[in-house]
Amino acid sequence: MATPTPGRVQRAPENFLAPADIAEVAAGRRGFLRAALVAASAGVAATAARASQGDPAILNLPEHTRGLGQPVAARAYGLPSKHEESLQRRESPGLTRVGAASVSFAPLQGFFGIITPNGLHFERHHQGWWDIDPTRHRLMINGLVKEARVYTMDDLMRLPSVSRMHFIECGANTGMEWGNVAVPTVQYTHGMLSCCEFTGVPLSVLLDECGFDKKRGKFVLAEGADGSSMTRTIPLDRALDDVIVAWAMNGEMLRPENGYPLRLVVPGIQGVSWVKWLRRIEVGDKPWGSKDEVLHYVDLMPDGLHRQYTSIQECKSVITTPSGGQQLLQKGFHNVSGIAWSGRGKVKRVDVSFDGGKNWQTARLETPVLTKCLARFNIGWEWKGGPAILQSRAMDDTGYVQPKLRQLREVRGARSIYHNNAIQSWKVAESGEVSNVQV
Amino acid sequence: MSRFDRRGLETGGWGLVIAALVWCALPAVAQSRFPGVGRPATPAEVKAWDIDVRPDFTGLPKGSGSVALGMKVWDEKCASCHGTFGESNEVFTPIVGGTRPDDIKTGRVKALVTGDYPQRTTLMKLSTLSSLWDYINRAMPWNAPKSLTIEEVYAVTGYILHLGDIVPADFVLSDANIREVQNRLPNRNGKSQLHGLWDVRGKGDVQNAACMKECEKSVTVTSSLPDYARNAHGNLRDQNRLIGPVRGIVTASRGEAARTVAAAHPGRALADQHACMACHGVTHKVVGPALNDVKAKYAGKLDAATLAANIRKGGVGVWGAVPMPAQTGLSEADAKTLADWILAGAQ
Ligand code: HEC
Ligand code: HEC
Repeated sequence: MATPTPGRVQRAPENFLAPADIAEVAAGRRGFLRAALVAASAGVAATAARASQGDPAILNLPEHTRGLGQPVAARAYGLPSKHEESLQRRESPGLTRVGAASVSFAPLQGFFGIITPNGLHFERHHQGWWDIDPTRHRLMINGLVKEARVYTMDDLMRLPSVSRMHFIECGANTGMEWGNVAVPTVQYTHGMLSCCEFTGVPLSVLLDECGFDKKRGKFVLAEGADGSSMTRTIPLDRALDDVIVAWAMNGEMLRPENGYPLRLVVPGIQGVSWVKWLRRIEVGDKPWGSKDEVLHYVDLMPDGLHRQYTSIQECKSVITTPSGGQQLLQKGFHNVSGIAWSGRGKVKRVDVSFDGGKNWQTARLETPVLTKCLARFNIGWEWKGGPAILQSRAMDDTGYVQPKLRQLREVRGARSIYHNNAIQSWKVAESGEVSNVQV
Repeated sequence: MSRFDRRGLETGGWGLVIAALVWCALPAVAQSRFPGVGRPATPAEVKAWDIDVRPDFTGLPKGSGSVALGMKVWDEKCASCHGTFGESNEVFTPIVGGTRPDDIKTGRVKALVTGDYPQRTTLMKLSTLSSLWDYINRAMPWNAPKSLTIEEVYAVTGYILHLGDIVPADFVLSDANIREVQNRLPNRNGKSQLHGLWDVRGKGDVQNAACMKECEKSVTVTSSLPDYARNAHGNLRDQNRLIGPVRGIVTASRGEAARTVAAAHPGRALADQHACMACHGVTHKVVGPALNDVKAKYAGKLDAATLAANIRKGGVGVWGAVPMPAQTGLSEADAKTLADWILAGAQ
């Protein structure tokens, strides 16, 4: 395909043409365009209308208008269109060394609204994923409780459930960018982020059932059933607040990669605490200091101290369209669209800058705006063809304003891996090419 | 009175009353709101799963293990991935390195302040010894978690500490002396919990203001992706939708673009799933040989079924001194797919 040269912007529908073809079109040789279109759409042949009469996509009735389509349940579990294959979960080469202790990033550049399709939810596994037999899965609750108890999936799914929409973000999301620009697109800068409607039973209900010790109980430990038996400490007041023992995402059971049949949902808290394949909750009086609370998910500060239990995902936002690695096709109107979220509550406002943070305008927040959930923002922009730097800045209902990278680095240095919630900058070049930059 | 005896008495039948009395003998739960949902865990069940060890060593089973035994365990079950001295960066960041004798005195690892050690190793960050013991006990070896005995966990934990010069070669780590060793950890004073990122009501440490007009005097780009890295994540053209206001930019040359389109062989997914890639690279040696070297050696000489059998058996001596463990969890069919994939020139 054509690599755009500065000053030339590819216009739809010619954008599938090479520069030479575009030149032909520009020179008025429309027949050339027609030939290219005919070649591009198989099965039109004989009835091909002259391009000069209009758009061949309208004039030449396509196969699907003239034939019989497929029957119901041809695909018993529906799949996306084959034309959408480019949007996939992807790994960032060099980030991790082995696939079973790795991350795949969600293609945020292609999402609409706030819900992540289940098949594109980001993945992070420490010791590989499993498709666990749900009839043999058990949840145990023990520790500082009157009675340690065991629940089957049958038991749990009989209980009164709640369904709530929340984002999940890995504590290391945007971690590669602490020091400098490292990755090209929003998939890799921000794609350890997803948002679903989760269904399950509030953890508080189960803790009540077991008679947890209200005096001595201060923390709970969540533990997974996989080889890593991931363990994370959660303060008891958080556990009693809005934490859910969930079996469903977006109306269907959890996907195996996301913890089927049971995971913890810890709204606002980094993803590692949302323990997958959840097998046990223990009530205790002190934190557990597990491997992923001592060796990882700790934030290295300039004085060499590591901050431990930095769990909350603070207010953050990013423009997803247009974003790094994309190419604007035309000058003129563009709907600049992105997502914002806060681990402390609701997004209150999102401002957008087109000049690298000098001046800002308030964007439109789409509904719903829910607590600890993604919010979608949109703002109109006329691109006149000049260079620009796009940024978004979110504010939550505690009044906290998403910081600049510079401000984060002033306090935390540049050696941390976690909790980079800085304002993201996308540079738009005169060619229309958008790239990841830091200012 | 629990819900059970009340129900029994209301219905009046003797059988039920007796049943109710039997129920009463079980530990009483405070008034369940959901009768019949869940059941008490037996002590054996709790014991089977509740294996966590806390920083104050609550939960640590009694036992001990020598550095000498630890070396044996390490060489057999750990070194293939983590390196003979825990220094390997192939499968995961190094476990050992970057700590100095002075750090043991201060409890603060100097290299974390100066940043002059290339990696942040496990021992540089470790502040609570329980974390290391608990993690090895629950999760290592990576491909066979929970297969070590208590003695082996003590032993190999002690061996790692020995590799970091924290305990001597004749040391025997035990539940009796583990607190003393805790007090020698190079980074035992290296953690802080004083920040606002745990409590939801806590305050963030970095503040910005919602300035709207003329907020910056000048804007300079301080960092951008170098040209050579444009295609490092694959052709971005193929990672964006074909319609809409934007397209992905073309970052690959034509040849490269064609290659990324080539359909992935199912062997690739199996290799990831069975952690083959923890020890094998496609084009480069990791712990085991590069898969393309395996192809070069056997293509046309060895049939896929034989190679599949070799994969399942594991072995040693063909490519070097490091053994490949038997792949017990791998079905014959999957092994065949993997062998086909390797002989076809793994990608
Ligand atoms: C097949 C490869 C493999 C083998 C064999 C293996 N490990 Fe690991 N080990 C890993 C991987 C991969 C990780 C990182 C897991 C993660 O990301 O959570 C790891 C993590 C660790 C860690 C934590 C390091 C850190 O800083 O987080 C320790 C300690 C460890 N291994 C010890 C051992 C010991 C002891 C053995 C032998 C009994 C062993 N390993 C065998 C692959 C292996
Ligand atoms: C813990 C590390 C490790 C893991 C995991 C591992 N291998 Fe190996 N593999 C090795 C080593 C080391 C050798 C070389 C053995 C030798 O020298 O005989 C080897 C050898 C091989 C060979 C060459 C055998 C021969 O007959 O020459 C093949 C093929 C192979 N591995 C495939 C696989 C596949 C497929 C998997 C996953 C199912 C896998 N390996 C998992 C370490 C590993």
